[in-house]
Amino acid sequence: MTTIPFTEPLGTAGSCAFSVAGTTENAQDIESLAGAAPAGPARIADRVRRSGQVAQVRPADATRPTAQVRVGARPTGLDVRVGGGVGSSPQRPDGRLKVSGEFAFSSDLWADDMLWGATLRSPYPRAKLTGLDLTAAVALPGVYAVLTAQDVPGRRVYGLEHADQPVLAGTEIRYQGEPIAIVAADHPETARRAASLIKADYEVLAPVTDPDAALLPGSDRVHADRPNLLRHVPIRKGDPAATAPVVVTGEYQVGMQDQAFLGPESGLAVPAEDGGVDLYIATQWLHVDQQQVAACLGLPQEKVRLTLAGVGGAFGAREDLSMQVHACLLALRTGRPVKMVYGREESFFGHVHRHPARLRYEHGADRDGRLVYVKASIVLDGGAYASSTGAVVANAATLGIGPYDVPNVVMDAYGLYTNNPPCGAMRGFGAVQACFAYESQMDRLAAAVGLDPVEVRLRNALTTGDRMPTGQLVEGPAPVAELLRLVRERPQAPAGADFPPGGTANTTRGEGVVRGVGYAIGIKNVCFSEGFDDFATARVRLELVGGRPAALVHTAAAEVGQGLVTVQAQIVRTELGVEQVTIAPADTSVGSAGSSSASRQTYMTGGAVRAACLALRARLAARLTALGRAPSTSDNDKKGPFLSAEEWVGALEAGALEETVEWRHRPTHALDPETGQGDAHVQYAFAAHRATVDVDVELGLVKVVEIATAQDVGKAVNPQAVAGQIQGGTAQGLGLALMEEIQVVDGMVRNPSFTDYLLPTIMDMPPMRLDVLELADPHSPYGLRGVGEPPTISSTPAVVAAIRAATGAALTRVPVRPEHIVGA
Amino acid sequence: MTCTVNGVPRTADDVWEGESLLYVLRERLGLPGSKNACEQGECGSCTVYLDGTAVCSCLVAAGQAVGREVVTVEGLSGGPDAEPGPVQRAFLAAGAVQCGFCTPGLIVAVDDLLSRNPHPTDPQIREALAGNLCRCTGYEKIMEAVRLAAGGQA
Amino acid sequence: MMDFLTPVTWADALAVKADRPEAVPVAGGTDVMVELNFHRRRPAALLDLTRVPELAAWGRDGDVLRVGAGVSYTRLIEELGGLLPGLAAASRTVGSPQIRNRGTLGGNLGSASPAGDGHPPLLAAGAVVELASVRGTREVPVADFFTGPKRSVLAPDELIAAVLVAPADGPEQFAKIGTRNAMVIAVSSFALALHPGRRSVGTGIGSAAPTPRRAPEAEEFAAAHLPWDGPGPLDPDLARRFGELVSAAAAPIDDVRGTAAYRRHSLSVLARRTLTWAWEELCE
Repeated sequence: MTTIPFTEPLGTAGSCAFSVAGTTENAQDIESLAGAAPAGPARIADRVRRSGQVAQVRPADATRPTAQVRVGARPTGLDVRVGGGVGSSPQRPDGRLKVSGEFAFSSDLWADDMLWGATLRSPYPRAKLTGLDLTAAVALPGVYAVLTAQDVPGRRVYGLEHADQPVLAGTEIRYQGEPIAIVAADHPETARRAASLIKADYEVLAPVTDPDAALLPGSDRVHADRPNLLRHVPIRKGDPAATAPVVVTGEYQVGMQDQAFLGPESGLAVPAEDGGVDLYIATQWLHVDQQQVAACLGLPQEKVRLTLAGVGGAFGAREDLSMQVHACLLALRTGRPVKMVYGREESFFGHVHRHPARLRYEHGADRDGRLVYVKASIVLDGGAYASSTGAVVANAATLGIGPYDVPNVVMDAYGLYTNNPPCGAMRGFGAVQACFAYESQMDRLAAAVGLDPVEVRLRNALTTGDRMPTGQLVEGPAPVAELLRLVRERPQAPAGADFPPGGTANTTRGEGVVRGVGYAIGIKNVCFSEGFDDFATARVRLELVGGRPAALVHTAAAEVGQGLVTVQAQIVRTELGVEQVTIAPADTSVGSAGSSSASRQTYMTGGAVRAACLALRARLAARLTALGRAPSTSDNDKKGPFLSAEEWVGALEAGALEETVEWRHRPTHALDPETGQGDAHVQYAFAAHRATVDVDVELGLVKVVEIATAQDVGKAVNPQAVAGQIQGGTAQGLGLALMEEIQVVDGMVRNPSFTDYLLPTIMDMPPMRLDVLELADPHSPYGLRGVGEPPTISSTPAVVAAIRAATGAALTRVPVRPEHIVGA
Repeated sequence: MTCTVNGVPRTADDVWEGESLLYVLRERLGLPGSKNACEQGECGSCTVYLDGTAVCSCLVAAGQAVGREVVTVEGLSGGPDAEPGPVQRAFLAAGAVQCGFCTPGLIVAVDDLLSRNPHPTDPQIREALAGNLCRCTGYEKIMEAVRLAAGGQA
Repeated sequence: MMDFLTPVTWADALAVKADRPEAVPVAGGTDVMVELNFHRRRPAALLDLTRVPELAAWGRDGDVLRVGAGVSYTRLIEELGGLLPGLAAASRTVGSPQIRNRGTLGGNLGSASPAGDGHPPLLAAGAVVELASVRGTREVPVADFFTGPKRSVLAPDELIAAVLVAPADGPEQFAKIGTRNAMVIAVSSFALALHPGRRSVGTGIGSAAPTPRRAPEAEEFAAAHLPWDGPGPLDPDLARRFGELVSAAAAPIDDVRGTAAYRRHSLSVLARRTLTWAWEELCE
């Protein structure tokens, strides 16, 4: 194992204030950034704003009007004078722009001459589209294009796992909100009005909405050419006929949660001179978007260039395409830039949601509470299109009994098609639904054998050397017991709370208020699985600027708020000791970084950046050696900067050095289709939660008073950002426990707005107490473990367990409603 | 329509009467700092000052802002080359910014809170910011940022 | 095309409304602008009331307070909290500070939503709505103002001028059920006003019927049975019976926010508790 030299003391969680470098010093960075910019003439407006912005002026093509893209509208390099390396918490390089309101999110983009796009969507969850009359729409003044399925020049379908989703509906409508036609006009209101003037004729059909019924042989097919069963993952470990003296069964339901990112689906497509298109987009994976968009446009990939625009949160909802192909189609048809921005209501129809689930579990244990077997059946309603349902099913199955050592497992997880809203990736990805079920079961088991809830978990806790139900060995630290002890031992929340249940609504002065405490622990995989060839690419360039070394990091990795841009710079700082680091805008001119999902980016893109830095160190050392000036300290024995100031000049005088590395983790393997056996996952991550709630038992209102959590992150690359991820993920878990659900009846969404899809406010969230363990994973960069998803997993069941403790109500469904608590 | 924005008289042409002040700021006056997360007053990402009062600009009709004074998050920044103000510095120092979409609305709301109540208690902070949704942070570091700004330590 | 009409006096506003009855009045915009932003409404004209100073004023008018329809919730809390505690308590539960800074009582009445937070306290206090047009003014008791969900007696040429309500002459309470701790549309709500001087009780139920409504039987029961003469602790059976009667006065439905059964149940609890608190306050 290579020793990784650090230039900073480990484990400091301080934050530092930095001033961002001035514009003039970035001149050379600017040139190199210019080299990285997408092709095509683009004259940026004269207004140069603050440092960190690229002020780039290139000659406009005088014979043809060019798109004038406003500064701040183009994603810019983020210039960093990072004082901290890995293990410290420097301020994020895009922070200045974000707090001043100058950071360009995808919905802030703007180009002279741009048109606005709008989408006509189906009001019915299932129908045949029998006619489309575009006449009135086309005739509306200000409308420049109205396009339908036959205007899609390339492949007419796309999809992450199966290309089963039409760019625009043909004759089949499979979900409420399915896009049918798109319009480009000179004002968003005109575009919207034109879309509403399109006359669509439907033959309305009865939707397939019940998942259990959809699996029956006689059910209508959502897709005529394939069964409704999209994927079945069985897992068989040990003896399927095992018996046990204590048996606990339960049926649980998880409602459809929404990612509800605040930044709406949006982007700007700019037609290019070469017949291609430049797309500025908020997304999670530039290259997978590029592949699908190019295929649908019938263009080679080099003509479809994507640049990441500012992302206002993602949480899985930006893995699938939303308006990407639509905006590009309109831009290519009209020859003008086209911007599309979804409103919040449209957004609820414009992205996939978390799979609602029905989970049936049977736990068998001995009288000491030690698990003998677990049998489970998980049904995940994938809705109209496949999205990433297959992978979600595999996750639910392989992680579905929780972080426990169980000798006998019979698990069947199913993902299916219905005419309900399409479901796909959401932070937690199948592990969330399963955890609510298995942790509810563990509490039932505790009651059945007369043990306290933490004790029964400790007795079954997974540990290093155990095998998962898939047979995969749990390598490296697996501190399940330790995490449980940490949350149990944290002092209880003090009596009293800032608000009673009901907040300021004056529903109680303490009457009926009972306090309850609940525990849960969960497991999540990190990175992609089942043999997927996942990799990340990083290009790191070193050159002298003003006589000092400056680094440029260029990846296609999507910063979605998690702080990846900060971490990339920290890694460069640690590996090369270079203070001035510029993070180039993420785009497709460099190789894929993979998805910002599966809690994988610090691991993968971090790993790629680190590998590129290590390759650069070797080249720097070689250059110095060739010049007769070997580096003053040996590689593996680092305490100070990698090179002295003189050495840097010596090494880079001859010119810049650049390395592009495509970096992979150890391979994983497929699951056996009958037994579910296989080393499918890269890494496991664990988190535990303890929730303390006050419940008004007469009214069924809940105030979460405190949440304590413990999580092993392997190595806290940026401790402040790690805390932020844990706190944010916990909030999403609380939301699922108490208030978040897309209510679907007969395939129709009843609450597509923030009025009735409720997110936790600051008055719903309690203070949080964090314990962060750093038990290094021997296989990952710096020993780190993915951070983003584990907090979403055990938070929900901990809150529900606390409510059960206060009320005695069974609460087998989330989100919990007051009606469930009072039994009304 | 004409109004004063961040101290400067601004005129927007061809404003459709049904447009919100938010739309005018973002799409006509080149001030996209205020955000459009919900456009129905449920998230606070569009919070601005209108004649000194914190409001959701998505709920102000463009015509209602004529002749009035608007201050946006850009106005609280003191200009592109200015140092960030104390609330902004506190957000940065506390790590209260992740995706940043809620941040502009929060900066204005916190500025408003501290101007009226310079040393708020935690419950007062929560009640004052109940109209600003954040999906990334769980609000803990936002609370830290407000305490930092109120304590004058930012 | 949409006209934007900006009268600067009350007389102007009335004249404009008479001339353009289809014009939609907008003040705080917390309802109207949502409909516009979501493309649900495209009125031919908007009538901006924010420049009419008379609407933003409140003052005493003999025995009652005359509260202009344009007074914001924030000002109701800050300026009228002592005189109209029930209304102020309800105002505090409306939306967020940003919403309270703009939303108005007049707007709440104009939208006539059964869930409007301002309505139950006005019912409990026996308030009167002053409607005006070029034809003159008329006063409508709040209890007669609502005719159905989002419908009222407001004529097309009328605007809401003010609410006339006596300052509280006894304890007032308001409580609201929501499924999160802030920023919610009421699942159900209840307002209570005690008038020990005349030994009567006022109530208001929200979000549990096609319109906000009183609970007359509960009011009569409480008026008849509360121990007005020798204020002592409240008999829990009395409070519970009061709760049952309030609940029985509701006519709730199932919807995305809650079930009818829960609404009834919650009202019985809120009514019982608020009566108990109001009585405790009276005994102090």
